Amino acid sequence: MPNTCEHRCTKIENLKVKLGANIILDNVNLHVDCGEVIGIVGPNGAGKTTLLRTILGEIPYQGDIAFRISGNPTKKPKIGYVPQKLQFDLSSPINVTDLVASAISRKPVWAGVNKELLERVRGVLSLFSAEHLLKRRIGELSGGELQRVLLTIAMTPEPELLLLDEPASGVDVKGLSLFYRIVDDLRKKHHIAVILVTHDLAGISCYVNRLILLNRSIIAEGIPQDVLSNEKLVKAFGPSLWNISCLPNSILKESNNNGNH
Amino acid sequence: MAIIEAWYKLLDIFPFSWTHYNFMNNALLAVLLVTPLFAVLGTMVVNNRMVFFTDVLGHSALTGIAIGVLLGFHDPTLPMIILAITLAVSINLLKNVTKTSIDTVLGVLMAFTVALGIVILSRQGGFVKYTSYLIGDILAVTPKQIAWFFLIAIVVLVYWYIVGNAMILTSVNPSLARSRRVNTFLIETSFTILLAIVVIVSIRLVGILIINSLLVLPAAASRNFTRNIHSYTLGAVIISILSGITGLIVSYYWGTASGATIVLFASGCYGISALLGKYLMK
Repeated sequence: MPNTCEHRCTKIENLKVKLGANIILDNVNLHVDCGEVIGIVGPNGAGKTTLLRTILGEIPYQGDIAFRISGNPTKKPKIGYVPQKLQFDLSSPINVTDLVASAISRKPVWAGVNKELLERVRGVLSLFSAEHLLKRRIGELSGGELQRVLLTIAMTPEPELLLLDEPASGVDVKGLSLFYRIVDDLRKKHHIAVILVTHDLAGISCYVNRLILLNRSIIAEGIPQDVLSNEKLVKAFGPSLWNISCLPNSILKESNNNGNH
Repeated sequence: MAIIEAWYKLLDIFPFSWTHYNFMNNALLAVLLVTPLFAVLGTMVVNNRMVFFTDVLGHSALTGIAIGVLLGFHDPTLPMIILAITLAVSINLLKNVTKTSIDTVLGVLMAFTVALGIVILSRQGGFVKYTSYLIGDILAVTPKQIAWFFLIAIVVLVYWYIVGNAMILTSVNPSLARSRRVNTFLIETSFTILLAIVVIVSIRLVGILIINSLLVLPAAASRNFTRNIHSYTLGAVIISILSGITGLIVSYYWGTASGATIVLFASGCYGISALLGKYLMK
């Protein structure tokens, strides 16, 4: 697939978000190029989720958020969004087919999902190794399974920007590494820009190009190993997060391995 | 009203005594229109945990009637609907602003509208006139009212066809829905307005006290044994129509209030489905 990355980006300048009298985000400047995975870390209440929801257009803000697609500015880019751990009624009579179909099709699901739509849903789920979940109620999914279903929805149709909020919460180690590999794959094959908010420092540092420490504004920014050796980060998170298992050059290694296939 | 005449003729085929009464035939037609309508709306009321909310809308009718009486309306339906819509929209706005549970606010609103309505209507001991609103009278339904219900049923069907999917997404997660370009505020507001209208116009049939049960029970029962939206909706509609027909006919033989009898059967369906569901869903 040709690199369609040129002139596709998200630019955030001087962003300020107030909720009542509280300043949640202040002076945030962020430039995201396509094909780039940016990890955002920060303490609780640092404004991480607010930043994602502001980019989504849900929260009023001051400053500038500009999107460009093939050089042209656009107000409404296609954004895929995987919300933080969903709070929903676990007994809901909604299965995976219902959820995916209602997101990607206008045909009312209550009137029944026909064969054609079912095959479409199966098709998109299979891209994320989730086709076996078709008939499962969403309340019966594990954290990792639900996440893959939500990622399927976020990726259909292919977005220009993918926002992932705390993908690590409630997901086991196996599910998580599968998820990170899928995201890495999306970046490489589809050149999608990904912004990923997380607590899981150790896990993501292997997969992100740039790590950002956010605490109301951007405290530190750079390649993971630089940011992780930042004193401010130690202050924010405490020294317990220092056993990062991932070597600095592992991103390079990963891409080399994939290139051999 | 050729359709109504044809309906009477059709029912005459059956060898039951109740089919000889036009009021029973009218009531049956109203039940066949209203029960599926309530079932469909109820599926999302239950999914979105709006059960208490719709109960407040129903009970606000007392104040609506009172306002109508004060303003000298012969038929208080219009003030009832306006009040219910106003309440529905304001509660929805409040819910979007506060983000905390509005349980208490709903409780206060319900107490207030019920009390205010009773105070106004009971001046000089005149409340007895209005007790029919409390338990409803489905047997008094007129062909003209039935025509209205038919119109409302079509509106709800079209609405449901257009926004059904958006509603599912919103009920699972509003942010997810908004990322799919669903205007969740518009969806929620239009849904609450529609609920307000349907609940209020049906109060004459079923009564303020139990109108909410008709909305909630079929969906709640269907939820006990269904695993997807299609069967959930279908189950609720079937349970609702069956309880409606059974309740109406049984009320004829028992000489009881039809609305309450219908709700009693719907409650029975809920009980059975709760027991059966435990085995089916394993």
